[in-house]
Parts: sequence; structure tokens; C-alpha cells
Amino acid sequence: MTITLTVNGVDHAVDAPPDTPLLYVLRDDLALNGAKYGCGLGQCGACTVHVDGKPVFSCVTPVAAVAGRRVRTVEGLGTVDTPGILQQAFIAEQAAQCGYCISGMIMRAQALLDGVRRPTDAQIRAHMQPNLCRCGTHGRILKAVRRAADMMGGTVPQAVRS
Amino acid sequence: MSMSPLDHAKAPSRRAFLGGGGALVVAFSLAPRALAQLAGGGEGGAGPAVIAPDLKGSLKNHPWLDAWIRVDGDGRVTVFTGKVELGQGIRTALIQVAAEELDLPPGAITLVTADTRRTPDEGLTAGSHSMQDSGTAILNAAANVRMLLTNAAAALWRVPAGGLATTGDGHVRGPDGRLAAYGDLAAGLSLHVAAVPDAPLRNPADYRTLGKPLPRVDIPAKLTGGAAYLHDMRLPGMLHARVVRGPAEGTRLVEPDIQAVEAMPGVVKVVRRGAFLAVVAERQWTAIQALRHLQRAAHARVTAPLPAGAATGAPLSGDAVEAVLNTLTPRDIAIEDTRTPTGPAVHTVQARYTRPWISHGSIGPSCALARFQDGEMTIWTHSQGTFDVARVVTELLGLPAEKVHAIHAEGAGCYGQNGADDVAADAAVIAFAVPGRPIRLQWMREQEFGWEPLGPGMVTRLAASLDADNRIVAWRHEVWSNPHNNRPVGAGGVLAGAEVDPPFAAPEGKPIPMPEGDGSRNSNPLYTFANTHVLYHFLKDMPVRVSALRSLGAHLNVFSIESMLDELAAAAGIDPLALRLAHMEDPRARDVMQAMAAGFDWAGRPRGDGRRGCGMAFARYKNLGAYCAVALEVEIDRETGRAWVRRAFAAVDCGQPANPDGVRNQIEGGLIQSLSWTGHEAMAFSPERRAAFDWSGYPILRFQDVPGTIDVRVVDRPGLPFLGTAEAAQGPTAAALANAIADATGVRLRDMPLAPDRLKAALGPV
Repeated sequence: MTITLTVNGVDHAVDAPPDTPLLYVLRDDLALNGAKYGCGLGQCGACTVHVDGKPVFSCVTPVAAVAGRRVRTVEGLGTVDTPGILQQAFIAEQAAQCGYCISGMIMRAQALLDGVRRPTDAQIRAHMQPNLCRCGTHGRILKAVRRAADMMGGTVPQAVRS
Repeated sequence: MSMSPLDHAKAPSRRAFLGGGGALVVAFSLAPRALAQLAGGGEGGAGPAVIAPDLKGSLKNHPWLDAWIRVDGDGRVTVFTGKVELGQGIRTALIQVAAEELDLPPGAITLVTADTRRTPDEGLTAGSHSMQDSGTAILNAAANVRMLLTNAAAALWRVPAGGLATTGDGHVRGPDGRLAAYGDLAAGLSLHVAAVPDAPLRNPADYRTLGKPLPRVDIPAKLTGGAAYLHDMRLPGMLHARVVRGPAEGTRLVEPDIQAVEAMPGVVKVVRRGAFLAVVAERQWTAIQALRHLQRAAHARVTAPLPAGAATGAPLSGDAVEAVLNTLTPRDIAIEDTRTPTGPAVHTVQARYTRPWISHGSIGPSCALARFQDGEMTIWTHSQGTFDVARVVTELLGLPAEKVHAIHAEGAGCYGQNGADDVAADAAVIAFAVPGRPIRLQWMREQEFGWEPLGPGMVTRLAASLDADNRIVAWRHEVWSNPHNNRPVGAGGVLAGAEVDPPFAAPEGKPIPMPEGDGSRNSNPLYTFANTHVLYHFLKDMPVRVSALRSLGAHLNVFSIESMLDELAAAAGIDPLALRLAHMEDPRARDVMQAMAAGFDWAGRPRGDGRRGCGMAFARYKNLGAYCAVALEVEIDRETGRAWVRRAFAAVDCGQPANPDGVRNQIEGGLIQSLSWTGHEAMAFSPERRAAFDWSGYPILRFQDVPGTIDVRVVDRPGLPFLGTAEAAQGPTAAALANAIADATGVRLRDMPLAPDRLKAALGPV
């Protein structure tokens, strides 16, 4: 079955069974590495992407459910050469260890910053609750989200893009 | 720069380098594998023999410089390590080491990590040995190469080498200011020479790269969807596989419906080899649906039943852990036995401490790629033992050793032996049955929880006495534990080995001898106590599949020692830090405790008042790795029993820090992970199997529960030998949490997890 979806602003026609989780379409059909398989149950957030601006667990979202909708992945925020603000902030804080959870963390955080201009630290913590990290990078992740929020809010000058 | 997994896939083998124009490489020098040593903290394969005992680190095993460093004609340098990136930042740290002693910018160096055809075999990446083994080897190899390059320039210019210097950008400068490029000098130089032990090292005061917080080279790709992980590899013609097993170790499916799955569109093959079963499909989702269909079959336990005490259905802890271990026959190993005349005991405390079975809990279920083509097997693995993966597959499939090639590519953090080794063997068995097609196999979440080896449940019993002067005059520590090192070194060590026909026998569990130890790790206190008796009751029979979990037995042993010290201090009414300092002679240990006390403001800390309190603890990992002291301030919610860490401070001495921010990242992470293990985690067992298969059955710490602040002070030790850091925080954090809860509430929790329901029950009605 051919399904059309818009990923990071580009339309794709994908030939996949309609019940295929979006995660596998992103990874295997579109060769996007950002969203990760962590649990397949919507419990860990490693697969987090945005659909129409809202964070979803792509591992439990059938691709048929996103037909014609806007999907955004961590690849849509920036690249190694021109990282987006959250990516710059994560680099500045060195907020990764193994990094397997981090794409999901960034997409979760982006959803907060898209809607809340000046989040409090408590809001950031509460918002990040669905996403798991096993390396214990939480403190740096919180600092990176704080830094990105401050960059977007003008409190901290945006880092020069390398 | 660093190589992505995809670079590995197309990179030429080291043999292909031979004959490359202008390069320094000659025949690659593989050392023979023989005598046992402790390359990976005593875990895994024996590793290669020591053939150059006067050299340092892994140069003892691989003394030839060309095993470590290649200098191309254009001045680019490739450095080879047998260690691997696990998310601990070793790739960046080793580049810094090489850059410093070669006196090059870090960007001029390409680092190649474990690959059975390209790099030295340095045993496992485990036991916090990477900086000690590989960092030290690369430091000294690079110093040797810089010396040879300098000598070559001296010969070229016919001047004494003493008047020459390197410039930091790949040149040697003469006394008259003329320059010679490394690449030009290298063209006439062979590096197939043994290192010398006394090549001059750069002065720490002149360091350009080492000891600096260089941003990690692997992070940008990980944040932007780059090809950063083995999981991201896509080889031409690649198929997706799922391995099919019962719900948990010890079980098998009964007559799964294979015919139906073979008829599913998109299924390429069902692979059977004895009881080994896997499905291969064009699409990943097809493979998963085939797996789900097969999993509808009934299952039966095929190994010995779990001890009765285990079969509670609930997370197993405390008395139940001891009940299970009591069914096993111990072999007693004396660790320490001292007798000193002392005054009479005034205060004596006896206590039992326990730790449950703990999951590694990797966020990414284990994954591997394998390809069998033209009689040769290639495996991409995120195992900590790349060379052992090749040995396992060689035996499992009966292939000639030279036909099996294993290459490391990054996975999710593993923190010990998770499913990585098993899934690599699984992928090889599948690829062997589908020649010519690369196979990508990832375990499902429930398979990782159900089948990976767990960190072993353990029990300690301690008794200690203070005299009238608050001197410790007796110290007894007994520890009961399964082996923590069941790393596979042959086919019997992986799950597939027990499933093929005929099966390979599982090796008998063995302890790791001290000073590294396994269940005994850190059971010998670094403190000076009179009349110390330490006994390891080694339990070789394993009712539950277990192996190495970050810090091995040090988690419970340090928890026990450092809890007992606070119990003694409380009995005598003295300050816990003062009691420790009074019994510590090692000046670096004292410095770390004092750095913690200063950074945390131990003297000015809020005193326990029922809702708030502070605790500290200290250990030197294995008594030969990094020193680490941790202090925590907790806030207790008496209504729920929740103990939230408001503030954490750690001080660490790891010798010369290669990358102080990397050290901080490891200590912060270890601290949070230990708070999760110690405060929340325990595997559950039903009568016939494990009973937690996802994050709802095995919850770990989430954002709302991580500490309010964490600060780490890295004690700088310029030029001192590297000391492994990655596991140093696990034990001290565990004890600091128990001590802080006791300080806040007066309740001493000795059975992990120190969970809210237990604290609430102990506190009684609000």
C-alpha cells in the first residue's frame, strides 16, 4: 500500500503495510537514523518525533495514521555542519554519553520550546518525564534544554554555527 | 576525526594498507595469545601474552609501534586501539592522548577501534581499564614515534636531536628554525620496531590537548541523525531478522507455528539449527510480525527450576535474595586476614546488606549485523569483547579462525554484559544460513530484559567494633556471590551455543582473583583497620543467568563498608567523615574526601531533622583505580517515603585526567545510575522465569527523580598514571544514599532497593 507522508518538509510516497510503525518507515524506507527503537511500547521515548507539531512515539504510531500529515525528526532540526539551536545547546553542554536516547530527548524538548517561550526548570523536568536515559545524562540534558530556551529567548547569544 | 560504522564497512583492512606508498606500515604484528592477564579487569578472554614486561599498558602485549600508529606520507596519522567506544568518551580521550604525545592537533588523528584484522587485541573494554591499558600504550607509543621522527630530522640535518623540538602542527623544528614535516620524515622510517620504555614524555606543563575539555568527537553525529550506531548501518541487500525464543532464559517455545510463518509474504527464510530459531524477512516489520506469531506458542522451562525462594512474582530482595543464595554451595576464598593486638571493643555493630538481581537496562536492545560471503563471516558488533565475538562465532559455526572477522560499531550503552554478545552470535548463525545477504538482527525489548545476563544478587554480613578511642579494632566482612564474569570466550557462553545441536556446554563459573576480584571486588577495605577478616563465599552455580554489571561486586561491597562506617559513627556519636579520615593513610584518598568536604560544605551541611539529611561515602575502585568520594543531601517525603536527592557532590582523582569534562560526565552518569539501581531496581521472578519485560515492570529513574544539582570536582594530578574512572561512582553513591536517608530519618536501610514503600513502612504512620 502506498502512503504519502511529509517528513521534514519533503513529501514521500512509501510502499509499506499500513500497520507498520512510523519508526520503521523512517529508519528503513527513508534511511533516517534519528528515531531509535527502544521499547516498541511508548515507554522510553527513544523514538520520539513530531506529527503536526506534537511529540509522538513513532514506535506505536502506524504509518497509515500519519498519511498526509507533517512529520518532523531530529534530522529536520539541523545537521552536523549547521546544527539547530537545541543541537547546539546539547553540544555546548556535552549532553550525551552513549547518545542512543538523545534524538528522542531533543525532539521531546523541541516540542516544549515550540510552545513555551520561557519554561521554568520545573516545567522542563515535567515535560521530559516520558523519556528515559540509562547513562545518567539527565543533568546535562536539563542544562542543554535550559540553554536552548535561553538562546531562543535571547538571554544567551546564539552560538556561532560551526 | 572518528569513523562511523559505515566507514568501517568500506574501510580497507590493514593488510590492504601494505605497500601503500609513503606509509610507515610494514607487516602487522599480532602477538600470540597465551598467558592469562587482567586486560579487561580479568573479564573475558585471556588476551594476548605479556611479551615485553618492561613496557607500559598494552605495549606489554603488543610492543611494536606499527600495531598502534601509522604515519602517512601526507602527515595524517592513524591510531589503532583494541578498546571501544561505549558512550564513555574513550574515543575522544584516546585521540587526546595520541595528539599530545605526537604533538599534533587532535583533528589530524584518525582513531580505529577494535577490529580483529586491524587493531591490537586488548581484551575486553571493561573494568575501567581502557585508559590504563590502551591510554598508557598509546601515550608511550606516540612518545616513541615522536622521538623517532625527531631523531630522523636530526640525522637529516646532521645536528644533535637535543636541539630539536616539535611544533604542535606536525613538524620538527631545527635550531636554525627550519622545519621538516612528519609525513616526509616518516617516508624513510620503519615503525615496525619495538617501543622503548624510556621515550621522553611531554611535560604536563606544556600540554596542548591532554587534560583539556575537548568536545567529544562522536556527539555531533549522535544529535543530528548521523550514522552513529551499528543500528544505523544499511548494507546493500540487507535483510532483517528476529531471533525466536521463549519469554525468558530457561524457557523454550513448544511447537511454534513455523509453517504459517514460512508462508507469510515477505518472509525470506526461517532459520533452524537445533533449537535455535529465527525469521528473516525483507522488511523489519514483517520479521517482527512473524516473531509475534511464533511467540503465541506455549512455552516450557527447560532448565532447572528456580529456587523456591525466588518464585514470588514480585521484585526479589532482602531475605529472598539470601534464601536463593543459601540454596547454593559456597567455596570459601580468604581475601584478607590480619591480627593486631588492640584494646577492648566498646561499640560493636553487626549487619546484613543485600543487593537484588539488577538489569543492565540498555535503552537500545542489542543489535548485530553479520554477512557470510565467499566462505568468510563478517560480524559488526557492539560487544565489549570484539575479539571474543570472533572466537565465539569461530567455534559456534566450526569456521576456520581466519575466516571470521569481527568489527566493533557503537551500540547503546551496555554497562556490562547485556545481550550484545548473544545477539552477535545469533546474527552469525542466521547469516551462515543465508549466504551472500547481510543480516541485521535486533533483539526486542522483552528479549533484552528476559534473556540478558543480570547483575548478580548478593549478600554481605559485616561485624565491626570501635574501642574507647573510636579506633576500629575489629572488622569482619563476608560476601556471598555468584561469578560476575561469565563473558563468553567460546560457543558455550552464548545463548545460541546452548540451542544448536549438539549444544556446547556452558563453562563453569570462576571467580576473578584479587586484586580485581568479582563478587569480592572492593571487599578489602582501603582503610587501616585492626583485625580485618574478609571472606568471599563464592557460589559457582547460577540459578539465574548472570554476568558483569558495571562495578561488579563493588556496588554491594562498598555499600556495605561505607554503610557500616556510618553505623559505627552513629553508635559512637562521631562525625562519619572524621571516622573515615582517622582510618585512612592513603594521602590521595584523604585529598579526595577533603575535596568532597570542601565542595559540599560538609561541615556546614544541614543536619538530619526528619525531613532532610546528608550522607557521604568513599571508595577507590578496586583499590587500584580512581578515588571517588560522594556526598548527597536528601529530602524525604514522609507521606510517600520518597527520598529525593536535592544536591550531589563528587570528588574524583583519576590520575592525569585525559579529558576532565569526560571524567565529570562519567561520574555524573554513574551517580545517577547508582541512585536508580540502589533506590529503585530489582528483577522480579515468577515460579518459572523472570517476570519483568519492559519499563513498567522494571522502572528506572526518570527526570522528576534525578538530583536537583550534581557537581563534580576533578582533582588534577598532572602526569600521574591514568586510573580508570567509569565505575568509580557506583559504590560510593549507593552508600551515600543510605547514609543520607539514615541521617535524615534515623532509619537504616540495608536491603536494596532503598525504595519509597520500604522507607514509608519503616517510618511508620505520619
